Amino acid sequence: MSDFQNPARGQTPSQTIGPFFAYGLTPAQYGYGHLTAIATGSLIGEGVEGQRITLAGRVLDGAGEAISDAMVEIWQADSQGRYSHPADPGGRNAPFVGFGRVGTGTDPGARFLFETIQPGAVPGDADQAPHINVILFARGLLNHLYTRVYFADQAAANAQDPVLAALPEDRRGTLIAERVETPAGVEYRWDIHLQGDKETVFFDL
Amino acid sequence: MMQKTQTARDWTSHPSYRHAPYKSTALRAPSKPLTPLPEGLSELTGPVYGHDAVMGLDSDMTKNAAMNGAPLGERIVVSGVVMGEDGKPLPNTLVEVWQANAAGRYVHTADQHDAPLDPNFLGGGRCVTDANGVYRFTSVKPGAYPWGNHHNAWRPAHVHFSLFGPSIATRLITQMYFPGDPLFEFDPILGGVPESSRDRLVSEFSLDLTEPGIALGYRFDIVLRGRNQTPFESAP
Repeated sequence: MSDFQNPARGQTPSQTIGPFFAYGLTPAQYGYGHLTAIATGSLIGEGVEGQRITLAGRVLDGAGEAISDAMVEIWQADSQGRYSHPADPGGRNAPFVGFGRVGTGTDPGARFLFETIQPGAVPGDADQAPHINVILFARGLLNHLYTRVYFADQAAANAQDPVLAALPEDRRGTLIAERVETPAGVEYRWDIHLQGDKETVFFDL
Repeated sequence: MMQKTQTARDWTSHPSYRHAPYKSTALRAPSKPLTPLPEGLSELTGPVYGHDAVMGLDSDMTKNAAMNGAPLGERIVVSGVVMGEDGKPLPNTLVEVWQANAAGRYVHTADQHDAPLDPNFLGGGRCVTDANGVYRFTSVKPGAYPWGNHHNAWRPAHVHFSLFGPSIATRLITQMYFPGDPLFEFDPILGGVPESSRDRLVSEFSLDLTEPGIALGYRFDIVLRGRNQTPFESAP
C-alpha cells in the first residue's frame, strides 16, 4: 500500500475517554452484548497460580466525590514476577495475562474491583517491591494517568523500593494498599485521589 | 541518568490536564506535578492482543449490531497507519473504537440527548493492524451532539480511539474528528490540544479509501511514542 507511506508527524495528542466508553471498552461488565470483552476485572482463571487477591478502591475527585465514569486498567506480573510480554526474557511465554480493565459505573459505591493474584517481585527489576501498574482514564482527564499500587504487608520490600524511596515520605502512603481479610479472601483497598492533601502520586511515564 | 529506550510523552503535543474551558478538568486534573519514574520491565511491557482478540464483524459497525437492517446514516470507511514516532508502522496492535450514531446519540444510559437510538447500530468496534500497521473500520458518520459544559455546547462529530502499542508507555486514548467541522473552534476538548498539534486529530477525506457506490473514505494515521536511538557506546 504505497499510499500509506508517510513520514512521522509527531505524537498523536491524547483526548479524554469521555463518559460513554462502556459499550466499546468494557461491554461485558456493563451488559452490552455485541462485542466480547478483551479484558475484564477478573484476571484469574484455570491454571493461574498464586495467592488470590481482590484489589478494590474508588477514584475520588477534588471534592472528595467518588467518580462513577472512570476506567481503570491494571498491568502486573504473575506470582513469579514474570510479565507476559516479549520484552521480559523470563516471561515471554508466561501463561498469565496480567491485564485487567474495569469501569467504575456498575458498582453502587463506584468502586473498581479486580480479582487477581498477588504479583511477585520481578527478577529483572530486582530492587523493586511487588506492585501493580495502574492506568487511569476518566471524563475530565485529557490525558491518562499512570500510578502504581504496592501492598501494605510487604513492608520490608517496600522499604527497599527505589521508586517509593524517591518520593517525599508523606506521599509514599498514597501508593500503598491496605490489606483486609474478608470472608471472601484477601482484599487490598486503595483509593485514588486526583487532588488534595491525599493526592495520589502519578508518574511521568 | 541512563537514557530511556522509549521516547517520552511529548507534552508540547498533548493537552494539559487542567484546561479551564473544559469544566470537568477543574476537579479531576491532578494538582501536583507528575513524578519521574525510572524505566524498568513494568514500563517496557504491556498487554499483547493480536488477531485472536478480534472476530469477523468487530471492525464493521454497520453490521456488528444489526438487528433487522442497516443503520441509518452516511456510510464511512476509516483507515490509517499506526506508527511509532520514527515512522515505523506498528503491525499487530489492537485498535478499539466507539462513537455516537448518525443522529449524535450514544448507546449509554447516561446519554440523555433527545435524538433517536438506531436499532441497527451500537457503535463499538475493534481491529488489529496488519503487517503494514494499517487498520480499517466501516461505520456510519457520527452526528454532533449537545453537552452540558456551557450554554449551547456541541461536540464536533468524532470517533473515540483506544490503542496499546508495544508497552503500557505507548497507551493512548484519543478522538478523531472530520475535516472542516464548523464546531472545532467552539470545542474545549479539541481546544485543549496545543494549536500546533491539533490538526493531527482531524482525519482527511480520501478518494482512494472511498468505496464506489458504498462509503466515503477518511484517512487517520496515529503516531504513538517510539524508541530512542540506541545510545552511542564509546570505547573504554
